Amino acid sequence: MIRDLAFQFAQMLLVLGLSPLLTGLVRKVKARLLRRKGPPLLQPYRDLVRLLRKEVVLAESSSWLFRVIPYVVFAGTWVAAALVPTFRSGLLFSWTADLIAIIALLGSARFFLALAGMDVGTSFGGIGSSREVMIASLAEPAMLMIVFTLALIAGSTQLSAMAAFMNSPEVGLRVSLGLGMIALVMVAIAENARIPVDNPATHLELTMVHEAMVLEYSGRHLALIELSSYLKLLLYVSLIACLFAPWGITTANAEPAQLAIAVVAYIGKLAAGGVLLALFETSIAKMRVFRVPQFLGAALMLALLATLLRFVSRSF
Amino acid sequence: MTGGALAGIVALFALGPTAIALSGLRVASPFIYAACLALALALGTNALVALLGFTTPIAWTVPFGLPWLGAHFALDPLSAFFLIVVNIGAAAASLFAIGYGRHEDAPGRVLPFYPVYLAAMNLVPLAADAFSFLVVWEFMSLTSWALVIAHHRDPENLRAGLVYLLMASFGTLALLLAFGLLASAGGDYTFEAMRATHLGPGLAALVLILVLIGTGSKAGLVPLHAWLPLAHPAAPSHVSALMSGVMTKLAVYAFVRIVFDLLGSPAWWWSLIVLALGGVTAVMGVLYALMQHDLKRLLAYHTVENIGIIFIGLGLALAFQAHGMPNAAALGLTAALLHVFNHSVFKSLLFFGSGAILSATGERDMEKLGGLIHRMPHTAVLVLIGCMAISALPPLNGFVSEWLTLQAILISPQLPSWGLKLMIPAVGATLALSAALAAACFVKVFGVSFLGRPRSPQAANAHEVERSSVVAMGVLAALCFLAGILPGLFIDALAPVTQALVNDSMPHQSSIAWLSIVPIAESRSSYNGLLVFAFILSSGMLAAYAIHRLASDKWRKGPAWDCGFPNADPVTQYTASSFAQPIRRVFGSVVFQAREIGEMPLPGSMAPAHLTVRLRDPIWDACYAPVAGIVSFLSERLNVLQFLTIRRYLSLVFALLVLLLLALAAWP
Repeated sequence: MIRDLAFQFAQMLLVLGLSPLLTGLVRKVKARLLRRKGPPLLQPYRDLVRLLRKEVVLAESSSWLFRVIPYVVFAGTWVAAALVPTFRSGLLFSWTADLIAIIALLGSARFFLALAGMDVGTSFGGIGSSREVMIASLAEPAMLMIVFTLALIAGSTQLSAMAAFMNSPEVGLRVSLGLGMIALVMVAIAENARIPVDNPATHLELTMVHEAMVLEYSGRHLALIELSSYLKLLLYVSLIACLFAPWGITTANAEPAQLAIAVVAYIGKLAAGGVLLALFETSIAKMRVFRVPQFLGAALMLALLATLLRFVSRSF
Repeated sequence: MTGGALAGIVALFALGPTAIALSGLRVASPFIYAACLALALALGTNALVALLGFTTPIAWTVPFGLPWLGAHFALDPLSAFFLIVVNIGAAAASLFAIGYGRHEDAPGRVLPFYPVYLAAMNLVPLAADAFSFLVVWEFMSLTSWALVIAHHRDPENLRAGLVYLLMASFGTLALLLAFGLLASAGGDYTFEAMRATHLGPGLAALVLILVLIGTGSKAGLVPLHAWLPLAHPAAPSHVSALMSGVMTKLAVYAFVRIVFDLLGSPAWWWSLIVLALGGVTAVMGVLYALMQHDLKRLLAYHTVENIGIIFIGLGLALAFQAHGMPNAAALGLTAALLHVFNHSVFKSLLFFGSGAILSATGERDMEKLGGLIHRMPHTAVLVLIGCMAISALPPLNGFVSEWLTLQAILISPQLPSWGLKLMIPAVGATLALSAALAAACFVKVFGVSFLGRPRSPQAANAHEVERSSVVAMGVLAALCFLAGILPGLFIDALAPVTQALVNDSMPHQSSIAWLSIVPIAESRSSYNGLLVFAFILSSGMLAAYAIHRLASDKWRKGPAWDCGFPNADPVTQYTASSFAQPIRRVFGSVVFQAREIGEMPLPGSMAPAHLTVRLRDPIWDACYAPVAGIVSFLSERLNVLQFLTIRRYLSLVFALLVLLLLALAAWP
């Protein structure tokens, strides 16, 4: 019990500590691909520290909700990230929230972030919020259909049980799994406001979605929001890794040597995910906002097709 | 127990005439509402005791009604559950109205009908024969109709009343025919006799369709939803809450009572119809809601969505029951009934919130609101809780019932029939879509009306509402929270209901460690709202503590940055319709044929630019407009008959007489 608790906390600290590094890696690789030198890998940590030291400037029309939301968004994202198996399945609290609840927790975080965009009463905040909920209105159902597919294959919506099943030889190669993976990657790109759906580096007003919502934040509040978006990226990479590349994840009673291998494997998977994301982002152009529904609609259809296949026959 | 319930209902009936007697006095309104509050609390407690401590159903007969038949009433777990839903809503609405009723400019048009409406809603779940059921059902419809046209000087409200009256009569006609068919087998109008005899498959299917029409028109199943968004907003807000939160649930009660209890074992394809209707209703309801900027109309459309979710749960339960999977049927039914409870709580809360806004600003158009969080701080927090609950966000209650519905969908691949195998994933997708759109809809509701800057002087000068109204909203918000973090207790309370209807119930929840809920087995799925809440709270507090200890805690106020955009006019904010614009473009261009027409003034002209949005209601165009057209065509033709000479009338009477005699002669 104590051991399990220790591992749960270790995982919470691990995801928190690693997430800025992952973002730093993506930025670095992207810069190198564009033949720039790029910021150092540890730049996101420095950004966070600098933001934490700065004073907060609140808009005159902002309310108390505006000051509370960064904490709510951070807490929701952190709890969700703590429940996704990283290097060790059988997390102590994995039974508190299954994958559906994790998705819903991220949905809560998004709900509040969209409210933050509306709070000050500016036009850019509103544009960000309204586009964010439009993207979410397609990404969330697609994600739920992916969860359906995976849950029907693994016979559980419990992430630890799913990861364990995916690691067992019973899985095999399945059509529905392939469709689900493509859809999940598409949803992950949209959810994390990456190119081609949104550009995390943009400050061109009319193309911003996520950045427009958090435009009025500054200082420690902005630090929390930034950290939550780093965490969210790490969460999705971990989720894809634990479902589609579960190799190396140890079970609850593992030797220290196995654990070390598992941690190394996890960090390797994160790095691979980061590099692939950077490669993908540099090789594609950003879409117009109203092309995004087609992109996400395709993800939704793929996921629905995968679920249908699972309903029709157990062998797909 | 039975005596108490009857006495309470009779007292509610008596309050109606009392209100007339007291009319004109200042104390009339608080007195009537306080008395309703006390009676609703008593009736609700009575039902709760009944539900938790059930031994056998209690039946009693009252010697009035049809001669030699009497009126039968019965209290079983299903009716006890719905009585709790009715009386929680009734108690909260009465409490809210103690303060809110003071703003009523014509209390004489509301007070006499309100207690009688409550009494009728209490009687619907108790009625145990077709005759008394239909009488109290009509009583409920007519009293609510009177409340809808309480503000009769507004022509919109009169139109709403007319549409409501037509739809209610149409629905009751369908129910009357359904009961006639049900009674035909046993030759008796009591529910007990209907339960004992079974109809043939063809007649049973006909009853199902009639019941879907009858209860669907009351509940707001698409395409019979047209009256809801007209009538619910027209009534005073506490009555809107009751109509939307409670009366639609009684329609669900009637559906469950007839289909699960009286009709006998279902055929597998019944569930196909129910699931398809539920899925369409869920998505259409929320899409309609997103297009609205009238707060109360938006909420009414949103009720349509939730009715769809409830019917999806009921459809799943029917499918499982037809295939002999009582375990799964109990899960589907529990999910639907829990959503009935949850929706009645948060929808009442949100309607109270809209009532609070209406009394504080005189506006229900969201385009004229904004910034109310500064001026109505308590209402804002409570409405925010309601918005989170209805958007199915953990750890509140809306999430629990939708999660259970999703779990029921996940066991459905075991169903053998192909139709269901193809239908259920599609319905699952509509459920997921409607949940995501609901969140978008309530970001709009809260963001536009409570956040930002005031868009009108009324919104800028708003003030917090009366204490009693805030307390009423607070109680409902607390219930949302409680049902979200301790769902096991609520699921266990539903066990006798599902036991009685599908002969099985979900595993006992409150004995599970840490009060998790586990629908089937822990290895499959489990959820613990309490711990999720504790985790969010503790990690949020931890972050706040760490930041305030380690980082700078300086702050200052300044003008909004807005990318250096200098125009500080509140009209530059996003409005309700601009917030919905991306979704209108994505979904509305197909469903509502949404067209945006922008008119730019000529260069040099000082006239403002105009953007008009045209939406078409596909269901009104397809279902209602043709019927209205045929009716008016026929009535114009038949109008000729009104202006005939006496000679012609006599010859018409003579011709009819001859025709009838001929028919009689030809009768075998």
